[in-house]
Amino acid sequence: MDTRRGALAVPKVRRVGFFTSAIEPTQDSSQRPNRSQSGPVEATTSSSPLSDSPSGNLISPVLIPPSRHHSDNLTSRAVAAAAAPVPVPGPAAFRRYLAHDRGLNVGSYNPPDSLLGTSPPSSNGEFSEDSVSLFGFQRSDSAKLSASFPNGGFDLTLAVRAPQEPEPKIATVSASEVTKKIAEVSGKSESVTTKPQKEKEPKSLKDKTTKAERRAIQEAQRAAKAAAKGEGNRRADESGKANPGKAAKKPQPKKERLPATSSVSVKTAVAVEKEKRMDVPQTQMQYDDKSRVEKAKKRAVVEQTESKNKVELFLHLPQYERGNQLPDLSSNIFILDTIHHAVYKVGLQHLAGDISGDNARCIAMLQAFQEAIKDYTTPPMKDLTMDLTTKINGYVSFLIECRPLSMSMGNAIRFLKNQIRKLPVNLSEPEAKASLCSDIGRFIDEKIILADKVIVQHAVTKIRDGEVLLTYGFSCVVEMILLYAHEIGKKFRVVIVDSRPNLEGQKLLRRLVTRGLDCTYTHINAISYIMREATRVFLGASSIFSNGTLYSKVGTACVAMVANAFSVPVIVCCEAYKFHERVLLDSICTNELGDPDAVASIPSFSTKAKHLKTMDNNKNLQFLNLMYDSTPSEYISMIVSDYGMIPPTSIPVIVREYRREHLLL
Amino acid sequence: MDFQVVILAGGFSSTLFPLVSKEVPKALLPVANRPVLSYVLDLLESNNLKDLIVVVEGEDAALKVGGWISSACVDRLHVEVAAVAENVGTAGALRAIAHHLTAKDILIVSGDIVSDIPPGAVAATHRRHDAAVTAMLCAQPVSGPSESGGSGGKDKTKKPACEDIIGLDSWKQFLLYIAKGTEIKKDTRVKKSILCAAGKMELRSDLVDSHIYAFKRSVLQKVLDQKPAFRSLKQDVLPYLVRTQLSQRSDVFSDQSNVEENGNGNGKNNMQNNEVVLSQILSNASSPSFHQVYESGLDSRKTHKCCVYIADESKYFVRLNSIQAFMDVNRDVIGDANHLSGYSFSAHHNIVHPSAELGSKTTVGPHCMLGEGSQVGDKCSVKRSVIGRHCRIGSNVKIVNSVVMDHATIGDGCSIQGSVICSNAQLQERVTLRDCQVEAGYIVCVGGEHKGETFARK
Repeated sequence: MDTRRGALAVPKVRRVGFFTSAIEPTQDSSQRPNRSQSGPVEATTSSSPLSDSPSGNLISPVLIPPSRHHSDNLTSRAVAAAAAPVPVPGPAAFRRYLAHDRGLNVGSYNPPDSLLGTSPPSSNGEFSEDSVSLFGFQRSDSAKLSASFPNGGFDLTLAVRAPQEPEPKIATVSASEVTKKIAEVSGKSESVTTKPQKEKEPKSLKDKTTKAERRAIQEAQRAAKAAAKGEGNRRADESGKANPGKAAKKPQPKKERLPATSSVSVKTAVAVEKEKRMDVPQTQMQYDDKSRVEKAKKRAVVEQTESKNKVELFLHLPQYERGNQLPDLSSNIFILDTIHHAVYKVGLQHLAGDISGDNARCIAMLQAFQEAIKDYTTPPMKDLTMDLTTKINGYVSFLIECRPLSMSMGNAIRFLKNQIRKLPVNLSEPEAKASLCSDIGRFIDEKIILADKVIVQHAVTKIRDGEVLLTYGFSCVVEMILLYAHEIGKKFRVVIVDSRPNLEGQKLLRRLVTRGLDCTYTHINAISYIMREATRVFLGASSIFSNGTLYSKVGTACVAMVANAFSVPVIVCCEAYKFHERVLLDSICTNELGDPDAVASIPSFSTKAKHLKTMDNNKNLQFLNLMYDSTPSEYISMIVSDYGMIPPTSIPVIVREYRREHLLL
Repeated sequence: MDFQVVILAGGFSSTLFPLVSKEVPKALLPVANRPVLSYVLDLLESNNLKDLIVVVEGEDAALKVGGWISSACVDRLHVEVAAVAENVGTAGALRAIAHHLTAKDILIVSGDIVSDIPPGAVAATHRRHDAAVTAMLCAQPVSGPSESGGSGGKDKTKKPACEDIIGLDSWKQFLLYIAKGTEIKKDTRVKKSILCAAGKMELRSDLVDSHIYAFKRSVLQKVLDQKPAFRSLKQDVLPYLVRTQLSQRSDVFSDQSNVEENGNGNGKNNMQNNEVVLSQILSNASSPSFHQVYESGLDSRKTHKCCVYIADESKYFVRLNSIQAFMDVNRDVIGDANHLSGYSFSAHHNIVHPSAELGSKTTVGPHCMLGEGSQVGDKCSVKRSVIGRHCRIGSNVKIVNSVVMDHATIGDGCSIQGSVICSNAQLQERVTLRDCQVEAGYIVCVGGEHKGETFARK
């Protein structure tokens, strides 16, 4: 846990690269305290006894100097900064480091804050983007804080301040106040860096807050938000969107989850507002919230039935009901005539599991949308932008009902909606449609196919003769890499690790063997034995979050951890469109449930059919078929993306810097 | 959803000889006093399929069917009735209306089915697999009268042991082999390539082809064009497609692929390359069917998929293609499968029209139907039978397991068991019929005792 946090902090180092000229070292030192202040708060909230476990020492990240991407000097600089700390392991160093770079982070964060009162809202795109993405970070912290302060990340500083100034009068955040706060916090700076005090501080903070005080805090937060909004600061907007508004309405203290948000930099405030409304599919429903589930059912196209014997811990996820869904959906094919047949087909394929794999699902979806747009005609008296967006929304919710969307699909949908929104008004309908179709085509070409090619080029440089490459499951990029490496004459051996129930590795195995590669096939049970042989691990990804957490097929974390224990470098291949600005700490909040029967049934055991039936009726037995897991970033040596080879800590930089370009494309 | 629906309503079928006549084509045979075609139309309408093409053999029949359709459902459905020449077969009928077919996929439904299986399921399976043809299979219907009184007769002996022999792959998704059970004498041939590619084949005789198919239009039209000898969809086209699913002959399918290749070749090399990668990603991600595995082994060949949808056993399905089936359908629609009939049943599980007149001491048992304006005399007993409109039935008549169509007249003291009496037929006094069929307008003379006979004018 602690190690993860340590690693978590590292991304902030990258920050430094971006605030180059603006931030002077002196400022850094003055801002440091604030950050270290937030450090202890984390420490308390982490209930894990592991916080000082030897796992901290385990980090021996293999240093792979990342190659520089041709175009982005920013990244390379960031990378250079990142490279330095890595070889210095040891908790102490980390801790210091943590304090240091957090200080930097706040340093970069505060200036806009202090500007709040004095300067008019900046209309500068660059600036707003920074603040927005900063907010991504603040939120990441707030996730950890959530136990005590369930409101958003923006409130972090306020929350810290509040105990000292509990008066509920803080209606506006004036410049003076902010500066006072900074001064206050900086005063504390040196003392807090020591560990024991760290531990004490937040505890007392918690004790101190009585009911009234908490209320005061809350009010202060609200006021601050209002003030911020009034000033037209986008950042506040984002935070408001992030959670407090919604979270306050439906407090779920236990299963507090990071609402999926998009802190996308958009040029105008209006666009931000609009986006807020548009990004609906991003937020996930809590499926243990009865009233909401009821409402959703009413809307649902596919008839949902309750699955029995749910697993308690995963009640908040959409439960798997595919056994009933498929016949229902297929018999209703003609009744659902609002849904374009191409989309319908993709939905069916997702539902039946005919298409698996993130890239393929995303491509299939985009192609279906392309077809749907081609066949689309604006109804009279309606606006193309509005109507098409609602249409797409309908398709998306249909697809969600078929199978929860992956992160990459969410990104792609966001891209598409953005394109629709940005269509020039004076475009005629055929032109608009053609432009959208070509946009989608370009997205597929550039973000997926070209990205894959770039990844292959990069990753192949990491394969040397005589190596044993281990891969888990099936990833199309990894397959391309292996095939290409074989093609250019590298001599290596492949170990394919697979797992039930999908056995996707078999597909990979079949194709690799037919191409003449030397393969070993084993199941994940044998991972600790087979890992001895491996010299490199190549993994695919479903998504990578901005704290560097890899979200991938279940079992990936296990492979990565074993590889780490054996000091085998873990290389993750992931297209940049799969990066997500959210932060993921565990695989419970966000996951997908598969067919529980798939776990229970073994194809070769046909005699057990009767046996299965009796198991079905057993109330004490619950099957759990998780689809994904999260791998903490410290087990990942390197991520190969279309922006080059980067450490996992650089994900937020990519997300922040390229998101805009990605959306504009 | 880009589907076009074609209903093959047939004409004057010879297998149903005494029942169908010049006045009543097969599609209008009454099942529980409704034409059988109405069941198909209802089924399609409930699935929101409202644009239909009904193909009828013969001009006369087409006029009759068209007349009925326009009177019955002109306001609800958009139906085109197409007449084709007689005895062209199902394939011939489709060939004749080929120019009407424009959608990407064609759903072909036989006009003589009584079922509650949603046709959408076939369409969905078809779409999901992107198949060339998808057939719906269902469990073999239970045939024969439910009461096992010695009413077996000739129909029972005529019934084949197994109607279709169907080979499926191990996931029951693809059709590997299909043949009519009656055609197979001792041995049969199975394509070796298919067997090798699929690995395993499951031969089933407990399933029957339900005559609901989804075809890809391009494939169907090509086959129809290039094989002019094909007459029947089921016996020629479907087995042909199944047989050639792995080894498509160049004459039928290759020209399309050639066109595609040419088109790509002219385009930008880069684009084509991307498309290749794209399709590869897609195909790699999906679990390969044996078709793809086979295809990858032999680059030159193209394959198509023949899928099946196996209906749930709880669903009802009967094809009205024999007299026995006709009896079964009538029995079931007012009995076990009464949700299909669309009537509301009384507390006694029967339907007696309010305008029907019953004599004293007459009993109408459960699973019976008495049409509008019919008169039944005294001391009659009606069990498990359907009696049409405006029938006149004398007193002391026993009707069991039978169908009496509209305007029939039955004299006093008759006993009818397991028989069909067509409209306007007349039974004089004290006639005893068992497993007989009486043609429309036929007069059975006084006091005859008949068993297993067919009454028709020569």
